[in-house]
Amino acid sequence: MTAPIETTAASAEAQPEAVLAGAGRSQIEGRSLGQIAWTRFKRDKAAMAGGVVVVCLVLMAALSKPIQAIFDLDPNKLNQDLVDPALQAPKGAWGGMSWDHPLGVDPGFGRDLLARVIEGSWVSLLVAVGATLVSVLIGVILGVMAGYYGGWVDSVVSRLMDTFLAFPLLLFAISLSASVQDGFWGLTGLPLRIAVLIFVIGFFAWPYIGRIVRAQTMSLREREFVEASRSLGARGPFIIFRELMPNLVAPILVYATLLIPTNILFEAALSFLGVGIAPPQASWGGMLTDAADRYESDLQYMFVPGLAIFITVLAFNLLGDGLRDALDPRSK
Amino acid sequence: MLRLVIRRLLQLIPTLLGLSVLLFLWLNRLPGGPASAILGERATEEKKAAINKLLGLDQPVYVQYWRFLKRMVQGDLGTSIQTGQPVWDEFTLRFPATVELSLMAILIAIVVGIPLGYLAARRRGGWLDITAVSVSLVGICIPVFFLALILKGIFAVKLGLLPSYGRLETGINATEVTGLAMLDGLLTGEFDATWDAFRHLILPSVTLASIPLVVIVRMTRASVLEVLGEDYVRTAESKGLEARVVRGRHVLRNALLPVVTAVGLLTGALLSGAVLTESVFSFEGIGKFLYDAIGGRDYPVLVGFIMLITIVFVLINLLVDLAYSIIDPRVRVN
Repeated sequence: MTAPIETTAASAEAQPEAVLAGAGRSQIEGRSLGQIAWTRFKRDKAAMAGGVVVVCLVLMAALSKPIQAIFDLDPNKLNQDLVDPALQAPKGAWGGMSWDHPLGVDPGFGRDLLARVIEGSWVSLLVAVGATLVSVLIGVILGVMAGYYGGWVDSVVSRLMDTFLAFPLLLFAISLSASVQDGFWGLTGLPLRIAVLIFVIGFFAWPYIGRIVRAQTMSLREREFVEASRSLGARGPFIIFRELMPNLVAPILVYATLLIPTNILFEAALSFLGVGIAPPQASWGGMLTDAADRYESDLQYMFVPGLAIFITVLAFNLLGDGLRDALDPRSK
Repeated sequence: MLRLVIRRLLQLIPTLLGLSVLLFLWLNRLPGGPASAILGERATEEKKAAINKLLGLDQPVYVQYWRFLKRMVQGDLGTSIQTGQPVWDEFTLRFPATVELSLMAILIAIVVGIPLGYLAARRRGGWLDITAVSVSLVGICIPVFFLALILKGIFAVKLGLLPSYGRLETGINATEVTGLAMLDGLLTGEFDATWDAFRHLILPSVTLASIPLVVIVRMTRASVLEVLGEDYVRTAESKGLEARVVRGRHVLRNALLPVVTAVGLLTGALLSGAVLTESVFSFEGIGKFLYDAIGGRDYPVLVGFIMLITIVFVLINLLVDLAYSIIDPRVRVN
């Protein structure tokens, strides 16, 4: 990426001598790190596109209930009249697409797919973002401790991260979330499933954040400003919270953004395997399970939830890559 | 070398002990538990108590754990609630299928990924590079089970070119030697079985290959770009070595070291992917059986399979480390 210099109209017109003499019409202003990053980010078209899609998705998820109310979209309303009773497939071409049901209806029940995709979006994003927060919490605490204190703390945390990163985590997540039953933590039904998914996924995904935070902390620890702070008598906690943390915000933000799509895929995989969000609640992974069961009668169905996952994951990845390039150009 | 092997095998003991405590607690201390899994949700309390007594679940926890551990050490992993067969037999019956699927997937990923990553780096910014980067981005963003469904929908259902489920057609009789269906056909001379097994393997292995392929393409591309800028490559070129020699001996050989490490770290992801792939294609490997075990709340199978997979997993990582020290002499010195 090139240096973030934007020439204003005034400075472009000005002759070099005029600039040197300070005769340019515009004043030279200092720019904050945030402004520089934003200038870089604006130039990255893929990242901007990803960002716009992410904003739309978040709005859709946050406003899913009002949207469903205004447009009269009920994710659980059965429309048996739209389903061919013999084939159990939607009547009409393209999975029963019509003005009333723009994405068609699902086989078997005739539920509106647009409504179910919208309904699935908040579940998916809530679980992914919640799990990411859990991962960030664990990852930052352990990563900073390993990076700052080093020694045996570092060895233990690093070994733990290596093990977590390399193990078939899906298997452990499956066993954990399959075994939790109603009444755990005093929760039942959907809130319980969501809480379990957030904790299980967050618990297994923390090393992605921990590894980055550890490496960053190790390099920051040796910098002059930390040394200066220490020579003035600052202790560990002060250095960690007042000197290191402000410098860790950018990488944490970047890698948290990049962890969200991974967690969306993780949630979808668990729901697809039947240990995530339980039906009749709509979830993208669960819709793909239905599609897999009925792919012979209704082949198009799988593309609705499948593309919903694909587009969401792609948008978050583009946004995250763009943020990384904008906030830390050296990392590329 | 031998010391490394012994040290790693000794490290396996605490790992397995820790895992056994976790799995045991999870198996026995959760509401519901094995009694209702065996008898069903509606079983009477007396029947549940009888089963609990029979299984020794009325004993204190540490007594139960000790017995559980003793059985494990003796190689008795219990019996599957679903099939009534010993867990060990269920595992060994299905393990070769997963090995065959994973090996095929890794092979496809290497054969396609390394040349693609290499050429993408050589012609940076060219159409092949753009293709490689886009393919790997799509590969990261597409859920493996969605890819499985797409391939199955197109090639099995719409075009009818390939079988959509299982490992072998029912009519074909194949003698089992190693359990790897393709290899067995070759060994016994039943070439129709080999061909049929191959046709069944194509869609699942291509699906599963998407996971390592993405990593291999990205790693190879980044690593070749880095090596191409090294001084020793320039030296080799300027002293007049043939381009073929420079590429093979100086560029590729050095560039592939990080790729080997990355492939080694993929075992876990590959196993997770195998669960999803096998369940879509009804491919009778350990992943499919685990998937069925979740539905049937078959706790002995879940516990036993996870223990065995962990052992296999540690052994594979050990093999990768050994392979690495053979490829890179610098590792041996340290």
